[in-house]
Amino acid sequence: MFRNQYDTDVTTWSPAGRLFQVEYAMEAVKQGSAAIGLRSKTHVVLGCVNKANSELSSHQKKIFKVDDHIGVAIAGLTADGRVLSRYMRNECINYSFTYESPLPVGRLVVQLADKAQVCTQRSWKRPYGVGLLVAGLDESGAHLYYNCPSGNYFEYQAFAIGSRSQAAKTYLERRFENFMDSTRDDLVKDALMAIRETLQGETLKSSICTVAVIGVGEPFHILDHGTVQQMIDAFEIAGEQEGPAAEPDAAARQEAAAEQGGSTDEGVAPMDI
Amino acid sequence: MNFMASTQPENRLLGPQSDSQRTLYPYVTGTSVVALKYKDGILMAADMGGSYGSTLRYKSVERMKPIGKHSLLGASGEISDFQEILRYLDELILYDNMWDDGNSLGPKEVHNYLTRVMYNRRNKFNPLWNSLVLGGVKNGQKYLGMVNMIGVNFEDNHVATGFGNHLARPILRQEWHENLSFEDGVRLLEKCMRVLLYRDRSAVNKLQIAKITEEGVTISQPYSLKTYWEFSAFKNPTQGAVGSW
Repeated sequence: MFRNQYDTDVTTWSPAGRLFQVEYAMEAVKQGSAAIGLRSKTHVVLGCVNKANSELSSHQKKIFKVDDHIGVAIAGLTADGRVLSRYMRNECINYSFTYESPLPVGRLVVQLADKAQVCTQRSWKRPYGVGLLVAGLDESGAHLYYNCPSGNYFEYQAFAIGSRSQAAKTYLERRFENFMDSTRDDLVKDALMAIRETLQGETLKSSICTVAVIGVGEPFHILDHGTVQQMIDAFEIAGEQEGPAAEPDAAARQEAAAEQGGSTDEGVAPMDI
Repeated sequence: MNFMASTQPENRLLGPQSDSQRTLYPYVTGTSVVALKYKDGILMAADMGGSYGSTLRYKSVERMKPIGKHSLLGASGEISDFQEILRYLDELILYDNMWDDGNSLGPKEVHNYLTRVMYNRRNKFNPLWNSLVLGGVKNGQKYLGMVNMIGVNFEDNHVATGFGNHLARPILRQEWHENLSFEDGVRLLEKCMRVLLYRDRSAVNKLQIAKITEEGVTISQPYSLKTYWEFSAFKNPTQGAVGSW
């Protein structure tokens, strides 16, 4: 994408019918660290890569609980994400207060999308620079939505956003047909595998990722690091025995990781591939 | 310096100026509504009387109305306020339908919405002078609740408003049980309504019974209860009485 004379204002159309500022906002999402989501009939899992800026700092919060039945993972400008999460929490709690019932996630997503659209049609505003993966439950089951800075929203079986998300999307594309009937634990496992795809060879450990689950009878909550690490360990060992995955890269990576003792990365040798 | 002796209250809400802007007393009122849960849903009964003080002035007032797909609302108290509430709910259901997304407001949501409305009006000293009964079924779950003009609300297996609380509920406490059949439910409601007809002076002998199940709402045609007035105590009420009454 190159600079041109139609990209200064969000309220200026290009001759080709594009709003460049909105498209640039979507670029901001692609620069953020990866977030993935996948769902079955009864559960939705969100995961994200959480890399701290430096060893001295803590990592940014990218997954937010919005209500017992809704959670969101963000990629892009985390400040914008935080503000939108606050809006979502507000909407949920107001609805709950008036109707003593949870706000259906489909409606929240539409409200969010309308809010984003406003910013694409005011000269004194700018689009939100954050993509949101909204996971929630309503009467018709579990849902996963993606909200874009453009004001569009889509429902997905599984999706990934942020940097290197294509690798995760490829992984998910291969497996998504089975997700609807997956068990909760398989879904979490697939989420972790998808996160690992975005790491491009770096070892997956619970300190660099965050996983959250929501399901029927299970309110939205972020899994603690101990649990996540256990699951990583479990499937990495299983991975060595199964020898699955079509990609030879993945198989080699699994073996290399298993050789190096799985989760602990003392004396990690560089990849040969 | 302000020499004007301030006889007006500090806030404009309470005082002679504002009385024309808020409800002070009811004018045309409906009497009791009685409702109970039965096997397939909710049964509700109300007579069709609209009293103007002590005059039984209007005799074809429908005091029960369906709300959306899943609820039934019965009201006692000021009829014009009931009509206003129906307008609010109409708008609520309309916006709910406009989402067009497979979600819909169930009886619990409508009941809570009404509670918020009633309580907020009460706080502004401008109440909607009603006692409302909200019943419905959604996804197999039966719901029956009540809310009144001061915002008191609760859910129960059987509810009543006004005189019904004093005359009908004791009968229901005694004779209601889970999984009443439709016929038994109607019989029980008619028993309650008959007592109300004998003892509540604002009751008229023209009632409707409404039923709501998962399939939808049915409100019966108006009909009358058989009554018996040949009790000797009625015929000769003062016989055996000591004193002037």
